[in-house]
Amino acid sequence: MLQIKELVAEIDGKQILNGLNLTIGDGEVHAIMGPNGAGKSTLGNVLTGRDGYEVKSGEVLFNGKNLFDLEIEERAREGMFLAFQYPVEIPGVSNMEFLKASLDARRKHQGLEELSSFDFMKLARETSAKVSLDAAFLKRGVNEGFSGGEKKRNEILQMMLLEPQLCILDETDSGLDIDALQVVANGVNAMRDGKRSFIVVTHYQRLLDYIVPDHVHVLAGGKIVKSGDKELAKELEAKGYGWLEGEVA
Amino acid sequence: MTQPVQPSDFQKRALTLAQQRSAPAFLQTVRQQGLDEFGQIQWPGRKTEMWKYTTLRPVEAFANAEWPADDVAADGEQLASLPELDATRLVFVDGLFDGAASDELPDGVRLFSQADEAARVVLDQYLGKIAKDIDPSRRNLFAALNDAWLTDGVLVYVPKNATLEKPLYVVHLSTAQAAERVANQRLLVVLEQGASADLIEHYLSADDASASFVNTLTEIHVGDNARLSHTRLNLEHEASSHVGAVHINLQRSAVANGFTLAEGGELKRLDYQINHCGEGAELNLNGLYLGRHQQHVDYHTTIEHRVPNCTSQEVFRGIVGDKAKAVFNGRIHIHQDAQKTLAELNNRNLLTSNTAEVDTKPELEIYADDVRCAHGATISQLDETALYYLQSRGIELPQARMMLSYGFINEVLETLPHEGIRTALQKRLRQRFVEEI
Repeated sequence: MLQIKELVAEIDGKQILNGLNLTIGDGEVHAIMGPNGAGKSTLGNVLTGRDGYEVKSGEVLFNGKNLFDLEIEERAREGMFLAFQYPVEIPGVSNMEFLKASLDARRKHQGLEELSSFDFMKLARETSAKVSLDAAFLKRGVNEGFSGGEKKRNEILQMMLLEPQLCILDETDSGLDIDALQVVANGVNAMRDGKRSFIVVTHYQRLLDYIVPDHVHVLAGGKIVKSGDKELAKELEAKGYGWLEGEVA
Repeated sequence: MTQPVQPSDFQKRALTLAQQRSAPAFLQTVRQQGLDEFGQIQWPGRKTEMWKYTTLRPVEAFANAEWPADDVAADGEQLASLPELDATRLVFVDGLFDGAASDELPDGVRLFSQADEAARVVLDQYLGKIAKDIDPSRRNLFAALNDAWLTDGVLVYVPKNATLEKPLYVVHLSTAQAAERVANQRLLVVLEQGASADLIEHYLSADDASASFVNTLTEIHVGDNARLSHTRLNLEHEASSHVGAVHINLQRSAVANGFTLAEGGELKRLDYQINHCGEGAELNLNGLYLGRHQQHVDYHTTIEHRVPNCTSQEVFRGIVGDKAKAVFNGRIHIHQDAQKTLAELNNRNLLTSNTAEVDTKPELEIYADDVRCAHGATISQLDETALYYLQSRGIELPQARMMLSYGFINEVLETLPHEGIRTALQKRLRQRFVEEI
């Protein structure tokens, strides 16, 4: 699904990723943990193509295609999805309009017909019920006045509608209470179908009790310094990141 | 020592035109007042503060203009394009009433030319007198011109505690004319104590309309505890020039809710002059302006707080692209006696090209010490983070730009009380941004 080779990237002249290697197979769930400033959010931003993040060297293949040949929107249509740590509020643009434009773009790319307004409404309502988001939120401005939890549920709603191949969850658990955390985790688990892959970026072991990863990686100093299975996350929870510092250098 | 005024060529022509049309004798006083005043005002130049960013060259081009022929009429196609509204519709074509295209006039609504004795008393009392006590430096010379050119108009009179049953929808259409034409449009609305009315003014052009100059003045008296809803749409095509003014006096505990939208043209200049004359009056004014190509659009608003305990809430947003230019000047003047005033003015502008220009200037002048007053003006570009968010969901950049531009004004559009107009405008403006992709 995704191969990251020796990725070096910087923002504002400051190098954040320092030769990162990571391979994600079909259907796998990888958790990425690490201290603040390790480059966890940068990874998501670089993969989705956000302006300001400059790739200096290295290569990323997404389903065999060179990711850096693709525009931001092309990556999304090819099936890459980033659930934002801080979803953006866009007053004046209705959530419904936003969701339909997104799905239309994805379906068109897949050679499918756009859904009629009626069918789309039906699908959007059903899906919002699955993430316990009141259908009234579909009519509001995108994330406008949503609480932290509502914003994250709206991200999962988008993920479920767009049915991406690779989902990157950037600290989706931050600021969530336990109920919202379960809703998010249930959404992710419902989408695990043996083919779709996930990168779950998190600070805390807690989320991984609900979304059980196949692999756990520690990102520190801009590269993966340790990899293991779900037991590694528990070890990190108990010991912190300090014991890994030797490996960063 | 005052210098004798040298009238411009347009001024001279305008005064000649004024003599060419006759008017009922009872309008003569106002006409004469306009003639005297208009002829005495120095024609504005770049150093005139009120016209600093807006050239009157498009108006000066009408120095050989004529009155329109009086046999033009709206055609069915033009009327069919108007939004569906449960309202009384009055249609004017190039400044002249088109009875065939209009609904029957309800009680309280009549043309000046058909005024009976009672209506003449109202005209005598209010016509040409609303917001007249504005600062002399901001005296509106085109309001004086409107007086001078006055031959007819619409009078809306709502007696004490009465309600104008349906909204009054006044449509003004500019058509194709062989030569340069000018048009004059005038409305006077008088709401007595406790009365209420809903007025919509809609200015548009026929598809094949040529350059035209329309000068309009709407005067509104909102009596004690009376309620006004006023919507004004300036959607004439871009070859047109329109200079218009809305003058409102608010009496004790009166409420006025205003919405205005203008698409740019050769010259679009709209002046709102609002006077808080009675305690406890409330004003809400929302506006939008849009400029593209080489259009020009200019809003000047002046709110005079003369008495205590009044509120003003003013929100204007504009989107300007290509080589267009927009001007916004929002003045709030709080007089010494106007304690406990609450006034807020917010103006936000979106520039969608490097060659577009916005000149915005909030002007607060406060002489009372116990007031709450806030103002803000911003000029910005589309939000990069929001664009990235939309793109990261597969939406192409041009469409993302369109959605954000539309969203920026849709927030204000949603405050429009008339669903039929709101829907029609949403469709029109969405289409406008789609065209710009």
